Order: sequence, then structure tokens, then C-alpha cells
Amino acid sequence: MKNQLTRFRWIVFVLLLITLIPMGASAQGSDPTDDDVNAIAKQLYCPVCENIPLDACGTTACEQWRGIIRDKLAEGWTEDQIKNYFVDQYGDRVLAEPPRSGFNWLVYIVPLVMFVGGGFMLYRGFRAWREADTESSPKGVSRKKTENDNLSEEDIQRIEEELKKRSGGL
Amino acid sequence: MMKKLLIWGGLIILFVVLGVGLFRSQQGQVGIGEMAPDFELVSFSGESYRISDYRGSVIVINFWASWCESCKPEARDLEAVYQSYLSRGDVLFLGVDYVDTEPEALAYLDEFQVTYPNGPDLRTEISQAFRIRGVPETFVIDQNGFITHVQIGPYMSVEHIKSTIDPLLD
Repeated sequence: MKNQLTRFRWIVFVLLLITLIPMGASAQGSDPTDDDVNAIAKQLYCPVCENIPLDACGTTACEQWRGIIRDKLAEGWTEDQIKNYFVDQYGDRVLAEPPRSGFNWLVYIVPLVMFVGGGFMLYRGFRAWREADTESSPKGVSRKKTENDNLSEEDIQRIEEELKKRSGGL
Repeated sequence: MMKKLLIWGGLIILFVVLGVGLFRSQQGQVGIGEMAPDFELVSFSGESYRISDYRGSVIVINFWASWCESCKPEARDLEAVYQSYLSRGDVLFLGVDYVDTEPEALAYLDEFQVTYPNGPDLRTEISQAFRIRGVPETFVIDQNGFITHVQIGPYMSVEHIKSTIDPLLD
């Protein structure tokens, strides 16, 4: 009777072990999910399909690249290690955000310079427009002084006479 | 005055950079009659090949990828032609694997029983030097390092491949 009870306990123990093994494996979570893969894939661009991020690209080449990301994640590689691997294999151009070094700085500086420069030009344009508007307005009180304002009455009279002569001759 | 000079200088530099970029993107492959760009290919098995070391030989450079469907029909033909010239010792075949993943590339070489040297185009430097637009593309280089044939797309047959190599041989 005692032997039977011991055997029964062993059977229960082994059964419990069997049920626990798969639970233990799934709890480790070593298999990367699609979200894990896509979190890195969206930061990469395959040179074959320009302008389509890797996570959204449906070509075989991109599918293979996502497979590589999945394998590397499963091996315990970090995000930076995986990105560096792709840069080593395929060059800087696979990165959605080029590294801030050398000629790549243009990518960051040029749009900023153009934005600030464009804003400044717009500002100057609007200001000149407003000033011209104020000058032409009959109620304008702050008209800019021009070269004509320095002419004497005598000079103006001479110019008018000259103009009359010329228009009479035509 | 200085401000104007800076603005104009900046604009000129910007246009030059954009112009050079546009010009380079519009350039086609390196063409017939041009000196082939020199490069070093490290094969999947670790051997190194620098094409300038093979002056005096005809060199056939085939760009391919495992994800490229149109590369598959010509893979066996290229191997057959390589085998037919093997005893001569003056025709070198090199396969450059473009934007590919190694396990799939090796499986491809195994499937088509390719035995001539093949290696990955690390950082896509070779394909950029040849300015390829896609795969497959094949360049035939004469004994003096000049390009004599550019095949865009797959070769149609063994005879087709031979017809681009035979005129260069004694």
C-alpha cells in the first residue's frame, strides 16, 4: 500500500513537471514579437525599395531583413548592435536618421537654415510691403525722405520747364 | 555688403551640392570603354579578390541577390560558362551579392551549384562604384581593365554570355 502511494506521488510529480516545462519556456519570452521586430525595422530603409521603411515594405529583400532582426533579437542583441550590423553590411544609407557626422550634417543644417532664412525673407518682404503701403497712403504721416526732398524750389522749377520743353517738342 | 556676400555664397554652395547630387543620381552605370572601378571582394569563404591584380585576364562581374527572381535563370548559365573557361585560367568570374542576407545567399549558391567566387557587397560600395540600377547586372572587363560589355538584366543563354567574352580571347 505504501509502495503504491509512493508510486502515485512520483507519477503526480512527473506529470506536474511535464505541464510546467512549456509554461516555463513561454514565460521566458525569448521569441521576439512582430512589434519588437518592427520597432527596429521602422528605423531602417532597405536600399532596394527607397523611401519605404523596412517595417512597411513587402518585398522579399525586406522580409529577409526583418528575419535577420528577429534572429538577432532572439540571440539577445540590443537595438544598437542590430542597427550597427546593418550599417556595417549595407552602409549608412539604411538608417532612417543618418548619423550626425561629416557630410551628413547637411541633412540637419540645410532645412533649418532654409527655414530660418525663408522666415527672415518673408519678414523683410512684409515689412517693405507695409512701408510702401504707408507711403502711398494719403493719411501717411511718416513718409520717407527721398532725394527729391533735397531739391530747392529753383531746381524743381527748372526740371518742370525742361520737361515741358521736351513734351512740347514731341 | 558682407551680409549679401554670405547669403549669395550660401545659396551658391547649396545649389552646387544639390546639382552634384542630382547629376550623380542621373548618371547611368559605368559604361563601355570606361576603366572599371577597382574594388576588393571578400568571398563568402574568406578569399580576397582585387580586380586590379587580375590585369591580363578577362573579368566577368555579376551583380545578383537571392531575392532577385530574374537572377535565377542565368545563375546556372553563368556557372556553365565559368566551367567551360576554367581550364584556360585567364577568365575570372566574380559574383557580387547585392543587399542580401548571408543564409539566403548561401542557399541560393547551393541551389544553383555556383562554384566561382561570390561575396557580399559590403556597405554597397561595389554597386555604388559601378552605379548599378538593379540586379542582375553584369560587366565584362577586358585584359587592360576596360569595360567591354554591360548586361542590364539577365543573360538569355550560355551562347549569349559567351558571345560577350569570346571576342576578348585569343
